[in-house]
Amino acid sequence: MSPSRPEPSPSIPALTSRFGAAVLRHEVSCGDTIAYLARDRAHEILAWLKDDPAQRFNYLTDVTAVEYRDMERPLEIVYQLRSLDRKADLRCKIELDKRAPLEVDSVYDLWKGADWLEREVFDMFGVAFRGHPDLRRILMWETYSEGFPLRKDFPLRGHFSRAEQTRQALAANPEAHYSLEELSIVESYHELPADVRERLSRGERGTLR
Amino acid sequence: MSLRSVEMALSTPGLDAQGNVRKVPLGIQLPKVPEPSDEMNSEHMLINLGPQHPATHGVLRLVVELDGETVIRVVPHIGYLHSGFEKLGEYRHYNQIIPLTDRTDYLSPMANNVCLALAAEKLMGIEITERCTVLRVMACEMSRIISHLVWLGTTGIDIGAYTPFLWTFQQRERIYNLQESWTGARLTTSLTRVGGLMADIPDGWEAGLAEFCRTFPKTLDDVDRMFTRNAIWIGRTQNVGSIGPEDAINYSLSGPMLRASGVAYDVRKDRPYLGYENYDFDVPVGEHGDCYDRYIVRMEEMRQSVRILEQALVRLERLKGAPINVSDPRLILPPKSRAMSDMEAMIFHFKQVMEGVKAPTGEAYMGIENPKGELGYYFVSDGTAKPVRWRIRPPSFINLACLPKLCEGVLLSDVIAINASVDIVMGEIDR
Repeated sequence: MSPSRPEPSPSIPALTSRFGAAVLRHEVSCGDTIAYLARDRAHEILAWLKDDPAQRFNYLTDVTAVEYRDMERPLEIVYQLRSLDRKADLRCKIELDKRAPLEVDSVYDLWKGADWLEREVFDMFGVAFRGHPDLRRILMWETYSEGFPLRKDFPLRGHFSRAEQTRQALAANPEAHYSLEELSIVESYHELPADVRERLSRGERGTLR
Repeated sequence: MSLRSVEMALSTPGLDAQGNVRKVPLGIQLPKVPEPSDEMNSEHMLINLGPQHPATHGVLRLVVELDGETVIRVVPHIGYLHSGFEKLGEYRHYNQIIPLTDRTDYLSPMANNVCLALAAEKLMGIEITERCTVLRVMACEMSRIISHLVWLGTTGIDIGAYTPFLWTFQQRERIYNLQESWTGARLTTSLTRVGGLMADIPDGWEAGLAEFCRTFPKTLDDVDRMFTRNAIWIGRTQNVGSIGPEDAINYSLSGPMLRASGVAYDVRKDRPYLGYENYDFDVPVGEHGDCYDRYIVRMEEMRQSVRILEQALVRLERLKGAPINVSDPRLILPPKSRAMSDMEAMIFHFKQVMEGVKAPTGEAYMGIENPKGELGYYFVSDGTAKPVRWRIRPPSFINLACLPKLCEGVLLSDVIAINASVDIVMGEIDR
């Protein structure tokens, strides 16, 4: 489609000269440069991209993940970086082998904006972000246990029938919507009836009685 | 705290004896929020706000930990409106995703439609026609005005002013009427198609928009007169929920939230799309990053949108009769009459409807300046007619993530003002 081989972003030579093999490869798609980073050094490279005076990617536009229909392909964590001063973009990706535990280092310490974005990737894809201060589900409720909705092995209509989903929703206890942490703030946890406390401590929330 | 002055817009009393504009100091000294103390040996209180509360602008639930009336922390809980749009998108052709975008940020549906079409066109490498570009700019700016009008009216109610809500909703209604006569729908517009638009504007439509552009600024002046120098408004918004430029960037804020903090990042200027670089408009930037500056920024953005609309109307005049769709039968459905009478047209129609338009393998991220901030659609394609991944970069989701930081140590009543100033729409946050 493009007339000649498109030029990658000038950040790529800088990255390869500094980090060598840790920048696994790069490609250009629709005019955007994509750098594939080695998982174990990704945090270090992203920190350098943020702080290096020639790069200054100070704005984290987005964090997301991609799983391909080809089940053999690794799951990708995608960071959309932007330098507000230089008006430049760079997309960085980390590939995660799905046979191993899905874990990467959190970039929350670099960009606070990663907080909810990483929680969403955790919620939807089940990727654990090491070092994230509050890695909980965000769009699904905390006790949701059907799996990770945006994974390809998750059926479009969910694992359960509509009737079963309704039954589960009706059976949910109201206290299930408070996390144990919140309840402990005011020590109201200890004021709950003994049977509720006992169920909560077993992690059993939303059982039909 | 810094005191500010606003130039008096009223001509007669606003001038001094020499005829210079009189500056009136407007900042009011706020009572200092008391430090939380252990003297009273008081226990912290947990307040649950929402999800069904008019001031949370949808189904947002905030768990607020209080010491007296001082907020210790805020824990937002979202997801009540989660519909799995991103998952649904993976099972749809590119054009079939457009109705989903209406329902994410339902206060600016046409801008979402435009962003989706632009993202798909970037992925497929399509150049759209000039008339389509101008019409899409108009769709974006109309969306900006209606979204900001809803924000302005509801924020006024949150803070205690009811009347401007009625004024803004009257004006919003006029754009909705224009939207309806263009697309046939008031809310679920589904305006764009990949490579063009669902329909051209009807005859005489430009006159309606020109009339709106002519008369609408009066409402802004009215609201301005009501709010900008209003002691209650100033007291409730100035120095409330402030965030500095470094923090605003670090928290990935965008749109008016970011610009109110003094960062002049506007996607229309910094990464132009739809030929925005050829329009003459200013990007208002605040300096204090508080609720008041967010109000000022949004008010000015509406005036700038009117400017852009007026310029677009002039361009549209020049492009009368020009095509709105690219001339590619693989992309654009033939007219129904031809599909029913012409064999070739029928084949193209059939292939598009049954198989969809195949996108080349690759990926594209397209960010546009939506009323709430930078809306980004990120497509990953494996060469089929349905995307492997459709990611929405939701501006109000990311702006809302900053709420706990903005609410540290404020009073409970300020949480309402701060939450309103973020300008959230839960349909987009929960998706």
